[in-house]
Amino acid sequence: MNAALPTSAAISIQARATRQAEVVAALAEMLPAHALLWHREDTIPYECDGLTAYREQPLVVALPETEAQVAAVLRACHRLNVPVVARGAGTGLSGGALPNAMGVTLSLAKFNRIVKIDPAARTAVVQCGVRNLAISEAAAPHGLYYAPDPSSQIACTIGGNVAENSGGVHCLKYGLTLHNVLRVRGFMVTGEAVEFGSEALDCAGLDLMTVLVGSEGMLAVTLEVTVKLVPKPQLARCIMASFDDMRKAGDAVASVIAAGIIPAGLEMMDKPMTAAVEDFVHAGYDLDAVAILLCESDGTPEEVSEEIARMEAVLRDSGATRLSVSADEAQRLKFWSGRKNAFPATGRLSPDYMCMDSTIPRKRLADILLAIQQMETKYGLRCANVFHAGDGNLHPLIMFDANDADQLHRCELFGADILETSVQMGGTVSGEHGVGIEKLSAMCVQFAPEEREQMMALKRAFDPKELLNPGKVIPSLARCAEYGKMHVRRGLLPFADIPRF
Amino acid sequence: MNHNDPALQVLIDRVQSARAAGAQLCIRGGGTKDFYGEVPQGEPLDTRVLEGTSSYEPTELVVTTRCGTSLAELEALLAAQGQCLPFEPPHFGDPGLDTRARGATVGGMIAAGLSGPSRAAVGSVRDHVLGATLLNGQGEVMSFGGQVMKNVAGYDVSRLLAGSMGTLGVILEVSLKVLPVAPATLTLRMEMDQASALAQLNAWGGQPLPLNASAWWDGNLIVRLRGALAAVQAARATIGGQVVEPQFASPFWAGLRDHTDEFFEGAHTAVKGGASLWRLSLPSTAAPLALSGELLIEWGGAQRWLCSAMPAGAVRDAAAKAGGHATLFAALDKSPGAFAPLQSPLDRIHRELKKAFDPAGIFNPGRLYPGL
Repeated sequence: MNAALPTSAAISIQARATRQAEVVAALAEMLPAHALLWHREDTIPYECDGLTAYREQPLVVALPETEAQVAAVLRACHRLNVPVVARGAGTGLSGGALPNAMGVTLSLAKFNRIVKIDPAARTAVVQCGVRNLAISEAAAPHGLYYAPDPSSQIACTIGGNVAENSGGVHCLKYGLTLHNVLRVRGFMVTGEAVEFGSEALDCAGLDLMTVLVGSEGMLAVTLEVTVKLVPKPQLARCIMASFDDMRKAGDAVASVIAAGIIPAGLEMMDKPMTAAVEDFVHAGYDLDAVAILLCESDGTPEEVSEEIARMEAVLRDSGATRLSVSADEAQRLKFWSGRKNAFPATGRLSPDYMCMDSTIPRKRLADILLAIQQMETKYGLRCANVFHAGDGNLHPLIMFDANDADQLHRCELFGADILETSVQMGGTVSGEHGVGIEKLSAMCVQFAPEEREQMMALKRAFDPKELLNPGKVIPSLARCAEYGKMHVRRGLLPFADIPRF
Repeated sequence: MNHNDPALQVLIDRVQSARAAGAQLCIRGGGTKDFYGEVPQGEPLDTRVLEGTSSYEPTELVVTTRCGTSLAELEALLAAQGQCLPFEPPHFGDPGLDTRARGATVGGMIAAGLSGPSRAAVGSVRDHVLGATLLNGQGEVMSFGGQVMKNVAGYDVSRLLAGSMGTLGVILEVSLKVLPVAPATLTLRMEMDQASALAQLNAWGGQPLPLNASAWWDGNLIVRLRGALAAVQAARATIGGQVVEPQFASPFWAGLRDHTDEFFEGAHTAVKGGASLWRLSLPSTAAPLALSGELLIEWGGAQRWLCSAMPAGAVRDAAAKAGGHATLFAALDKSPGAFAPLQSPLDRIHRELKKAFDPAGIFNPGRLYPGL
């Protein structure tokens, strides 16, 4: 746990109860009784997000129904110096919405209205609690859709997507959340209304949207988002290619790009993952392949047939042992069904799994996979791999049993090893799931103390009292020092006695 | 970034001594955008001492290059591998010289944050920034982002630098996403009035067409298609109009990008005579504005250049009413402010961010907003 984040266990029961009574009394003035939860049995559903290994009891859960109520809750919390953790659907995978033991969890689930679809301007104005997929569904009658498609898109909300800068399988061609959001309206920590961006393509002054998107709820509270909609491609087709060697598969990815092709999607699965998903969806995957690549082209029918032919040639030259091209939409969806079900399929193999999310330069795909294979032996745990190969974003799924404390511990070490190896290879500790609470230690590896302090200074420019989602994303110096000690214990760092930050 | 680079040490020393002396620095590359924003102030800090491309791997679609690198040279390096900066950054500078001699640098491109004709279709400079190394007001060298497409580790400070006008620090090095040059390009021209052109551009925007750039001026609509050969050929039939041959089309789009085209030549002359060149950034669907002057529309309606003698207040009000903002791009008198004024709490966030990165106010004082 971060030093700045007190846990309920460390706080005296009496102190917590007193504070709780004070906050409940303040918020009861602005919220109806049903919108204010603080009894243990009522707040249990809010104890964690998609990262279930970490749990915390919120002091109070507020469920405002109007913007005026949100502003009033923020004003009251600011006055009382109470931390506020905004929460959408709770599907996040890094603990970004983990409650603060002495804070208010601000659930924005009731803001779930699509305000406007403007087909001429190709924009949608939606409240923060609207689900990602619901935007594309509402835009579909106009031949438009919202491009970023994180795998949780049926459940995750646009407010959460803004907080995490969510990606998906089409990022290389269509960009991340940041590239597809025009305007965010919401509140500062003080309850003051604020608007970032506009319906124009830029705005005056610093481009604050760049830091707001991906800030994990630490700079402002998002209430309404204007997103760009893009025309739905007339056609999409997908190639499924098998490789008998991981290095050949990795090189094939580089060769597709080198040929001047930007695929709409380019995904890879390793052999253990292929076996797991085939058992789950029965899509006819090649079980002998060491790696399977899914390579998609979209556009006009003419464009797609031109591009598919070029992709096929490159993949064949790269040593693909089997190639199939989707003949129709049903077959294309079948090709994708395994990739999209990688997580539930893994869930059937193991009582628990931890999903990692680092990014590496594409050329190191084979290197990291081989390194992960060695780690499986080192930590005595199995790992299946899916990659957004086009972006170099990997999702190793480490399988373990959470009831076995030693397995959980080994899993954490395995995960940390993957993140550190990714940074060593020139990558980053989080591609799209965010830092939250899960990767705080990894941030110590990726960033120097002055860089972390600069990020904290940036946060204080928005939130001087550090009340919005405190203790997430930026690790404290003390935490990093502690993490450094752990390294020394594991014998990874030589010269343990020299000063380190 | 090699922290022991002597050229980097020169810059760090300059910042440290400015800090000790309470001096202010004007960060400057080729000086091609001296006219842009508020008037430059402070002792010049020449970024061209730190130049060169540190890494470029075409199959990664990433180039990492230093602030003083010539933009023209970077583009030539990419072109040799069949790649490009898809957002077409402007060069500006002396139109009598070729782009290399004009001297625009990579640092200036990021700091100004300006993008060319293709911006509406492919995204802006900031959309292509993957990482950056910054020298802040404490003389600290810090890296944010990285060299990979997806990165959500910490706040995205590197993209915040795009358009920051050097107010947050010296941009030392950037990593940019590059793309392959599209296989086919075709320019079409047709006669059309302003309102019809705006409606048409927005209608095309909602269809899966390889529309890459557009310009409307003086009753003429010119559009550029770019993409796979088959897609461009198919779209040609949908869009109609007359084909503009490449030997005329290429210099036209370059002239639009660099402001050397006929419209901008006229605007530069008018500016010398006391008129103002405004850049209006609006929702693409905004109806024609009731403003007098010469007008050129780009980005499918989202960027409108207006050369006019109208009072600043009238132009800014009209832009704000249409949902956008107006920048006083070029004028002899910039007393109305180069950039549209900020409302609370955005003005406060700007002041606090400036303090967070440059507490002593060393870098480009007042270049973005007076007092910032």
